[in-house]
Amino acid sequence: MMDIPNKLNLPSYKEQSAEVKERLDFIKRQPVVLEIDNLVKEFPTEEGVRRILDQVSFKVHRREFLSIIGPSGCGKSTLIRMLACLEDITDGLILLDTYPVGEPGADRGMVFQKYTLFPWLTVKKNVMFGLEVANKSKFDAEREALQWLDIVGLEPYADLFPAQLSGGMQQRVAIARALANKPKVLLMDEPFGALDAQTRAKMQAYLLQIREKIDITIIFITHDLDEAVYLSDRVLVLEANPGRVQEIVEVPVERPRSPEQFLSPEFLTTKIHLEELIHPSAEESKDDFKVVKMVATEEV
Amino acid sequence: MSNKEEKWFRFGKGLSQKRVRGLTIASFILPLLIWSAISYLPVWKPEVQIVEAGDTIYFEEGDRVDRETFQLENENLTTEGDLPMLGKRVNPVYFPAPHEVAGALYSAFVTEPRREGDPWFHESVAHSVRVVFWGFIISSIIGVPLGIMCGVFSFFSKLIEPFVEFFRYFPAPVFGALAVAILGINDAPKVAIIFIGTFFQQVLVIANTTRTVDFSLVEAAQTLGAKPGCLLFRVVIPAVLPKLYMDMRILLGWAWTYLIVAEVVGTSTGISWFINQQAKYRMFDNVYAAILVLGFIGLGTDMILGAIGRELFAWEEGKRSFFSRMFNKNKPVAVEA
Repeated sequence: MMDIPNKLNLPSYKEQSAEVKERLDFIKRQPVVLEIDNLVKEFPTEEGVRRILDQVSFKVHRREFLSIIGPSGCGKSTLIRMLACLEDITDGLILLDTYPVGEPGADRGMVFQKYTLFPWLTVKKNVMFGLEVANKSKFDAEREALQWLDIVGLEPYADLFPAQLSGGMQQRVAIARALANKPKVLLMDEPFGALDAQTRAKMQAYLLQIREKIDITIIFITHDLDEAVYLSDRVLVLEANPGRVQEIVEVPVERPRSPEQFLSPEFLTTKIHLEELIHPSAEESKDDFKVVKMVATEEV
Repeated sequence: MSNKEEKWFRFGKGLSQKRVRGLTIASFILPLLIWSAISYLPVWKPEVQIVEAGDTIYFEEGDRVDRETFQLENENLTTEGDLPMLGKRVNPVYFPAPHEVAGALYSAFVTEPRREGDPWFHESVAHSVRVVFWGFIISSIIGVPLGIMCGVFSFFSKLIEPFVEFFRYFPAPVFGALAVAILGINDAPKVAIIFIGTFFQQVLVIANTTRTVDFSLVEAAQTLGAKPGCLLFRVVIPAVLPKLYMDMRILLGWAWTYLIVAEVVGTSTGISWFINQQAKYRMFDNVYAAILVLGFIGLGTDMILGAIGRELFAWEEGKRSFFSRMFNKNKPVAVEA
């Protein structure tokens, strides 16, 4: 894989087509939904305090799709959990629509890697959960829940229980459930990580479709570089020990996205660049076996 | 099933429905067979019951004597030219045959108590059930909420559990005398013994079960806007309910085991009174019948609770409960992959 740049004459990942440039400029002109300012996370350990995240700062604009990638242990999951206020902040600020966030809330909907549908509620009641918590009338909640289930294509399954659905379907319901609260930003923590490759590809397509239909800002954690490039407007690369923002890469792949683009030059060049950022040693190494091994571990 | 011979013993593998049913029946039939064999076949029968007393002056008809004594006495009688005794080999009186116990299961209920004012058997049974019921209910009313709070909040866990952990090592019966002194000699001290025996275990068991709730469900609810009260009542409690229900079934079994101790505290009542009374009369078939009744009530309650549980928590296996099928017109569609 590391040999590809030598064989193919790939463009730089910084070259952007008119569509890409225009779209990214448009996003940059949008209001900032989420501003992360010098975020620090420390854990006490036996050897003393360990810094997981160090001075992480970035901004997310409205309607943007931002992926966060990084080697395992770089704290990307901790970061997104901090955005949801499921982890305490050691230092720094998280501003949502310019207001600092303090506790978990429906304005930052989250989809987890684990299946988190409430197993005692039907699919419809799961989606109604947030709406009922927000004191909507049962009638409105039910109507809206069915609309959201329609958007993720699961309306016919409204009265089934989660245990009756496949993993992919459960995650689609989880997305509908989070979206039903009309969150300002949707946080997705490796949402397709537990799914098989085929289902994952389908889910990516669904997510792109949903994003076309509604106005939503998404922060997406993944360790799958293809997934990151395929879905995102920008990809934030975290380096490990301690987690710092290494680079925010603008994805030069045009929208609407389709699976054929996986082999387009701009897709490959972006992916190779991300690969180099995450595994800098892989390029230097002459040991092919090592490269293969590292790529293999990344895919797992 | 394939035409291949299915194996009976396979590591970690289940058996067919038919075999499971067969084995369940066999697990009751086998002890019954052993019991019948000992009762009806001449395998043990260490005693002789005298049918005709002959010329002996020591024994009467119907007496049970050792086989050795019987032979010795008969030898004595024959050497002196007297008429020997006739007898049949029997099991000891404390080992009645299945048919005798089966008969007693019926006759115990319809036989009038020997002394006027004593309770009938069914009244004794009802008394026992009442004591267990109240002990268990009172324990649960306090223990379940407390256990859940300990499972959810470290504050309650650290404040309450250490002492409860210590207290549960006191065997409930040691409080018998105290309970009588404080609560009198009626049912109150008995209920108290059941309570003490159940409550402390209950708090710990329920707390531990509550801690097994998948915390990511709570986190998911938080990101859907749920606040603490809502998290407790709409996430933690529904999530823990199936396992909690299972715990309660097991705890109810424990409460039953404290019954016999509780019933001899103060004035003896209920099934244990009946058992002691019948043992005094040497009516051992009634004793066995009473013990069996205890078992039937325990097993029966558990089976009924189990069936209710399967209905209540049908969602665990992705099934719809009978009632939701009855009242919900929307038929579920087939599941696609």
